[in-house]
Amino acid sequence: MEYVAPNSLDKAAEIAANARGSVRYLAGGTDVLVQLRSGLHQPSLVIDLKRIPGMLDVVRTADGGWKIGAATPATTLNAIKELRQSWPGIVEAAELIGSTQIQGRASLAGNLCNGSPAADTVPAMLAAGATVTIVGANAERKTLSIDDIVKAPGQTHLKPRDIVASINLPARSQKGADAYLRFIPRTEMDIAVVGCAVNMSLDGETVSEASVALGAVAPTVVLVPEAAECLLGTRLEDEAMENLSMSCRAACNPIDDKRGTVEFRISIAGVLAQRAARTAYQRARERQ
Amino acid sequence: MKMMHVTTSINGDPTEFLCDPRETMLDVLRDRLNLTGAKEGCGTGDCGACSIILGGEVICACLMLAAEAEGQDIETVEGMANDENLHPLQKKFLEHAALQCGICTPGILVAAKALLEKTNNPTETEVRYWLAGNLCRCTGYDKIVRAVMDAAEEMRSL
Repeated sequence: MEYVAPNSLDKAAEIAANARGSVRYLAGGTDVLVQLRSGLHQPSLVIDLKRIPGMLDVVRTADGGWKIGAATPATTLNAIKELRQSWPGIVEAAELIGSTQIQGRASLAGNLCNGSPAADTVPAMLAAGATVTIVGANAERKTLSIDDIVKAPGQTHLKPRDIVASINLPARSQKGADAYLRFIPRTEMDIAVVGCAVNMSLDGETVSEASVALGAVAPTVVLVPEAAECLLGTRLEDEAMENLSMSCRAACNPIDDKRGTVEFRISIAGVLAQRAARTAYQRARERQ
Repeated sequence: MKMMHVTTSINGDPTEFLCDPRETMLDVLRDRLNLTGAKEGCGTGDCGACSIILGGEVICACLMLAAEAEGQDIETVEGMANDENLHPLQKKFLEHAALQCGICTPGILVAAKALLEKTNNPTETEVRYWLAGNLCRCTGYDKIVRAVMDAAEEMRSL
């Protein structure tokens, strides 16, 4: 195995294009290093992205959105007050991953590329309508949605040489907010049994836009438009909440494993969706 | 195998080493630089026994390639004491008997040092969450948390 740390995206793309054998990109390394050491992946080349300017930075874009460099760790996101105000659900999802040590390295882009159906930040990014800037093998730039990338457990629709350059969050509407919740059997340091993100905007007290995403209840993280539909035009009255739960449960196709049974995961998905919706609603009302 | 030449700073000392690109920072600290304070517990970032400070952030040395150290500032447990004078955290760990077998202790000291550099007055809850990634199978954590709280108090009065 060889290791290189190029100082530009174009250079990284060129090195990748000319590489023989398999290539792995390295951001925080909290998944990649484990896979290297276990022998799951044995790349002939590791391309470290952290020396590329912008990869560890978060910048406000001209339209009020955010551009988050692909190797930006959770601790950096956590420290940016304006980002927490705009996208509290994204930041709280990132904060739930692993320990302090992991937070110092783990990135949103890495969480996406790892392809876990239980990834905490992916439901939050999906509900947020985040996009991903990708540099292809010929150094051409393209922008995909999160939904374009998730594919199967441990797999994405990215091409082998594609580099994720940044995660882009849209500008936050005046009266909107998001929330992410997950269920685990302990208080920290575990993998989601169920995760749920809700993102919404209000018109007065009424939900005018919504999106709902679930994690760990299907082979991939899933967007549930039928669940979001249940929230539109409501003030989260009991009936809307009940419909939200039913839609989320209907969208579940989970596995049984040591963390939870199929029945348990389906049941909890409905509960978490209600709680995440209430939290997002409360935050949106407080923002005005 | 082509070896890599890496120039870095460890506990303030300019350091150079040669490594295999597959080696982790933990491998190099322990096997090439004889800094054996950081321990390999799990090798997968779960136990925190290999905690080091990289550019001010506490991380697991087992999840970092040694080649990534180029041009960085690294702190390990070996840099905590000042000659014969132990760091307040080290003194308090002794006073409170906050260790038994000692395998987790270097990692916990390093992680706690990083916490106290960010906040000198953490709550017990903050200490417990901060150290959640440092597993100890002996103490039950209570004495560790008390030692960290006591060290924070002493450091505030310095």
